[in-house]
Amino acid sequence: MSLLSQLDQIFVLLQHWVAGFFPTWLQPFVGTVLAVVGIVAAFPGIFAVTTVLERKGLGRIQNRLGPNRVGPFGFFQPVADGIKSLTKEDIVPFTADGLVHFLAPVVLVVAVFLGFAVLPIGRNMVLANMDAGLLFFFAIGASTELSVFMAGWSSRNKYSLLGAMRAVAQMISYEVPLLLSATVIVMMTGSLSTVKIVEAQGGFTGFLPHWYVFTPWGFAGFVLFVIAALAETNRSPFDLPEGESELVAGYFTEYSGFKFALFFLGEYLGMFSIAGFAITLFLGGWGAPFSFLGFVPSWGWFFLKLLGAIALFIWLRGTLPRLRQDQLMNFAWKFMLPMTLLNLVVAGAWRFMGEGILRWLICSAVLLAAYVLLGRVLMRHQKLGPRSYRYAE
Amino acid sequence: MIPTVFGLTLPFLIIAALTIAGAVAAALLRNLVHCALSLTITFAGLALLYLNLEAQFAGFVQMLVYIGAVAILVVFAILLTRGAGMPEYRSYSSNWLLGLILAAATFAVLTWAVTRSLPATAASAAPAVTVQGIGVSLMTTYVMPLEIVAILLTVALIGAVIVAMPESKKEGQQ
Repeated sequence: MSLLSQLDQIFVLLQHWVAGFFPTWLQPFVGTVLAVVGIVAAFPGIFAVTTVLERKGLGRIQNRLGPNRVGPFGFFQPVADGIKSLTKEDIVPFTADGLVHFLAPVVLVVAVFLGFAVLPIGRNMVLANMDAGLLFFFAIGASTELSVFMAGWSSRNKYSLLGAMRAVAQMISYEVPLLLSATVIVMMTGSLSTVKIVEAQGGFTGFLPHWYVFTPWGFAGFVLFVIAALAETNRSPFDLPEGESELVAGYFTEYSGFKFALFFLGEYLGMFSIAGFAITLFLGGWGAPFSFLGFVPSWGWFFLKLLGAIALFIWLRGTLPRLRQDQLMNFAWKFMLPMTLLNLVVAGAWRFMGEGILRWLICSAVLLAAYVLLGRVLMRHQKLGPRSYRYAE
Repeated sequence: MIPTVFGLTLPFLIIAALTIAGAVAAALLRNLVHCALSLTITFAGLALLYLNLEAQFAGFVQMLVYIGAVAILVVFAILLTRGAGMPEYRSYSSNWLLGLILAAATFAVLTWAVTRSLPATAASAAPAVTVQGIGVSLMTTYVMPLEIVAILLTVALIGAVIVAMPESKKEGQQ
């Protein structure tokens, strides 16, 4: 085996090497445990780095410095934050429902971690190569809604409950376009297995890759998927559930200490897993972006793409203002849903139109026309103009 | 080799215990939201049972639909009708006899239907069901039931929108 392919498979080889110390009947078990430990160690590590990057990035966008006191350039800030949240008093409200209040962050983090099980991080690097991997991810994602409700309801706090209701309504509404935009990929690949979806995008034309994002339906699907993913993870501009000006902090208002840190962790891990799926579905997974860059290890590409996605999410958070509740719902049901349904039809047409420039033109034209028309129709009923304040002036 | 107890595998016993415990708790707990959450445990247990039988598609759909949607619907319905604050209800309704008869009748009908639909001889091996196979048969053999369900759901969706729509007459008067 050459040095490059050894580097590509370094984690797989490491897993086999460690498992080799155990008796044969124990080896599958040890291998699985090692893979789980890898995932459970790697992604929270990225979470720690992301919190610093996000605060520094947002600081730059908002013309300030961001954290810069702990360690060089403030990069040890997450260590200080971690120690703080571990030593803080864990306050449970007197009237709160103790058991449910305790279980909510646990359920959230467990469900979010389960989502990583079917994520192909590199060549041969997937914990569970399931026949219905994509379905597994969405099924697990659906159970995070319940943990949000549990947190909001058990706190016995009107702000928590309002935040939870907003969050659940938003997550259910945006789950429909999220699933439908991913369905396009399943239609084209003919498989629900995440490994097969990545393999289907493995080829190159010249030096350009066969990623799904470089087709009209793939591009539309990617944009719709990212918007729905932002809403699913309650990130700006869809962060109404924790609108601090109205609801204190939404459903985790009554959480402190490490339970709060768990919610924080769960939210960011959810963002990583859904960004990882956007990469898997549309951006070629662990594939290299150009044919001549194939020597870089596959997991390197995955994590580079993940960093790019995180940078995009931070940039969007620093740029876009928060939506209002009615705008949020209108956008989901009147724009996202028709566009995803149309994208399904376009993808079907693409499949049966055969090779050639014609299908590129027709599919792009249909999607672009629908985008412009839907936008116009939606804008017509919006009274866009200078904002008028009832009390503030 | 999976260890067995009374001829049943250990995973099956654990999942079955979890499912039954969830169902019993859903019937006996006093707080309605607690009941709904215990019912979710039962849903999850059923999904795990399907997965234990290597029916991936059924298991994941059970999770997606029941935990992701039905449990949320139940919880919303409880909060919207009774309010979130009152935890105490009587666990035995006054018309428990009627409930008992209904439950027994439902159980009898289900048992009759299940025993009727069993094939005369048990299959020697479990059929290999892939997700692709389910998709193909949904789109060919069972396309008619699928379409009927789709129309039913669309009608329900439109009905919900109409119910939620503000009445235009009232809006004009305001």
